[in-house]
Amino acid sequence: MTIATIDGKVVLEAVNKAVEEHGATIDELIPILNDVNRTLGYLPANALDEISRRLRVPKSQLFSVSSFYRMFSTKPRGKHVVQFCESAPCHVVGGRQVWASLLDHLKIGPGETSPDGNWTLITTSCLGVCGVGPVIIIDDDIYGNVAPDQIAEILARYSETRE
Amino acid sequence: MKYYRSHVLVCVDPDCLHRGAHEALDAFQDELVAQGLIDEVQVLETSRIGACSQGPEMMVYPEGVHYAGYTVDDIPFIVEEHFLKGRVAKKFELPAETAIDEELSAPTPKEMRVVLRNCGQIDPENIEDYIAENGYMGLAKALTSMTPEQVIDEVLASGLRGRGGAGFPTARKWQFCRASAGQVKYVICNADEGDPGAFMNRRVLEGDPHAVIEGMIIAAYAIGSSQGYVYCRAEYPIAVQTLNIAIEQARAMGFLGQNILGTDFSFDLEVRMGAGAFVCGEETALMASIEGKRGEPRPRPPFPAVSGLWAKPSNVNNVETYANVPQIITNGAAWYAGFGTEKSKGTKTFALAGDVKHTGLIEVPFGLSLREVVFDVGGGIKDDKGFKAIQTGGPMGGCLPEAYLDLPVDYESLTAAGSMMGSGGLVVMDDETCMVDIARFFMEFTQEESCGKCTPCRVGTKRILEILDRICGGEGREGDIELLETLCEQIKQDSLCGLGQGAPTPVVSTLKHFRDEYEIHIREKRCPAKVCKALIRYEILPEFCTGCTVCARNCPTAAITGERRQTHLIDVDTCIRCGICMQVCNFNAIVIR
Ligand SMILES: Cc1cc2nc3c(=O)[nH]c(=O)nc-3n(C[C@H](O)[C@H](O)[C@H](O)COP(=O)(O)O)c2cc1C
Ligand code: SF4
Ligand code: SF4
Ligand code: SF4
Ligand code: FES
Ligand code: FES
Repeated sequence: MTIATIDGKVVLEAVNKAVEEHGATIDELIPILNDVNRTLGYLPANALDEISRRLRVPKSQLFSVSSFYRMFSTKPRGKHVVQFCESAPCHVVGGRQVWASLLDHLKIGPGETSPDGNWTLITTSCLGVCGVGPVIIIDDDIYGNVAPDQIAEILARYSETRE
Repeated sequence: MKYYRSHVLVCVDPDCLHRGAHEALDAFQDELVAQGLIDEVQVLETSRIGACSQGPEMMVYPEGVHYAGYTVDDIPFIVEEHFLKGRVAKKFELPAETAIDEELSAPTPKEMRVVLRNCGQIDPENIEDYIAENGYMGLAKALTSMTPEQVIDEVLASGLRGRGGAGFPTARKWQFCRASAGQVKYVICNADEGDPGAFMNRRVLEGDPHAVIEGMIIAAYAIGSSQGYVYCRAEYPIAVQTLNIAIEQARAMGFLGQNILGTDFSFDLEVRMGAGAFVCGEETALMASIEGKRGEPRPRPPFPAVSGLWAKPSNVNNVETYANVPQIITNGAAWYAGFGTEKSKGTKTFALAGDVKHTGLIEVPFGLSLREVVFDVGGGIKDDKGFKAIQTGGPMGGCLPEAYLDLPVDYESLTAAGSMMGSGGLVVMDDETCMVDIARFFMEFTQEESCGKCTPCRVGTKRILEILDRICGGEGREGDIELLETLCEQIKQDSLCGLGQGAPTPVVSTLKHFRDEYEIHIREKRCPAKVCKALIRYEILPEFCTGCTVCARNCPTAAITGERRQTHLIDVDTCIRCGICMQVCNFNAIVIR
């Protein structure tokens, strides 16, 4: 393995934990990928190598699976991940303006990570909480009934408290 | 996704903010961190939790305890009492009736609660509560006094049809699966609920998980299966958690596992999570996903009833379909068939969304008219605007105009009108909605969610989207409408799965019912609803503008100029048409042209 040992160690640990929890069989592949993606923030190549070895699944199949599902990312993500619900019910209650405001404040496009590594902006489809749309999620925090002029203040909470 | 023990909804509406909601919220977060509870308690910001008179307010779920009137200084006390010691902090508790459930309110006269009967009424994490409401009685009846064939006959006589979209008779499906050769068979619950705006299944899973579990056990008995899976989308962590608790409890009570209720029937259940792919709701894709593969649909036949999960006979039904089963067995087919229309029996849950006064979950008997649903149950259009259209059937469904409001809600009528039942999303649109924009919107969704396996769906949806983008962008051409029609027909004909086959429906239905809007966009380069950005302009009315500068300070692109107390001006070229200025202007001085 070519990457720094510290990274490799963290990666190995994450994979170990997930495989132990779910068992090393192919039908547990998606739960395992989910856990690792969650722990590391994305699926680095060496994590996929390790999973491939442990589950005896060809790497080609792993890549094909991990690129299929939206929850998995093979690229590193920013410190904070902002998800925007782009589905119709949120759209018709003002989602469009919220989106414009997000783009404007983050200065990145959908799927992009800011150069300082602080933000990744992604869109998601309905999160099932349309009753309080428009909806955005930052990391694990769900914000409902978001208005465009709240965006600056919501984002500011993350730059203040967690940097 | 993490699992949380508690979910706290904190109101951040202006009323509450004025009373210090923000400070209290920050203090709350800090206290959770300090007490090491931050990973167990999820804090959600919402609005209008309650009476709006004693804010700040918060609701703690699953207990449903409603706190109000506290200050920053009270936070440590509340956290300690409620979250550490597990006691209600009585001092700040509001009586339950002042709390409103934004998703599910008390039934209106035209509603009828069968599937949702227990939601919000019982503690989903306590199996005793469910049993007290005649839970697991259907299972006991089936196992001890009915043969599997009799169970199937009862379900057949009830007229129950699949609630996942297509409306296929449930008992027929079970029959096919039962008749398939092989010892190993699977019973699968489709809880992928990906249709935007639809959260009926989530609510049932979170509010009454045992009804789904009991339905699945009865189905397994009827089919001859000993293993089941619930495939739940990853966006529903609370549903997954509730289900796991319920399965555990059902096992402990002997409703799951070996020799259920002392009979020689055995069955067990596992929850599988998706990973964010809409197409996994399609049954063959769903099974591929459980197998750890890409969730791509495959051609049918072979149908799952013959060769499904791991090539074994499998039965896939929707959450709501299963949730109906226990009551059909307990109360009898005739009782169930007493609701609904000739061909659509029973009730259906819907998620009402969009521009209707009362959004949220409803459950109505089949046969109610769309008008009754929108105006009687939904309370009519928000802000007393006019009704324009209702979208039924989710992203593969269609938009129906006012002329169809008296249509009865049942499988056949909606299909005949060019839309479909789908899983139960209903999006109501007022007269300020642009139908071309809506069609484009749905197309964007299906285009993004197309798994790409077959060309007509992958390429066709993209082309349609390009054309719609052009039309909304003010660059529509003569012939576009005809081109759209041809493309829609091709995709519908040549796609492998329901996603591709249904993807054109929003376009076809809006072309049929709102063709003039397309024509105005294309020929006059106008958006009659004033929605499509390229076709509108924001303007300040000098006679109303007081020169308060609020708009200029809020404009993200500095497109507004003007001195204090002087009329302001918007520069058309710099303006990105975000609409913020119009929202913040207190004098209604900004209009769309
Ligand atoms: C693209 C696509 C998405 C679907 N999503 C769902 C879904 O989220 N939930 C569901 O129950 N059925 C969904 N279906 C329908 C399923 O394929 C299947 O027909 C259904 O689960 C059968 O259950 P039922 O007979 O109880 O309706 C979807 C179909 C397609 C083509
Ligand atoms: S119709 Fe679309 S979603 Fe369905 S299999 Fe083909 S490409 Fe995939
Ligand atoms: S906010 Fe309204 S009133 Fe104030 S300057 Fe802008 S347009 Fe004029
Ligand atoms: S619409 Fe947006 S960009 Fe245009 S003037 Fe108003 S605030 Fe500025
Ligand atoms: S549409 Fe946004 S949460 Fe449902
Ligand atoms: S404004 Fe907060 S509860 Fe009403």
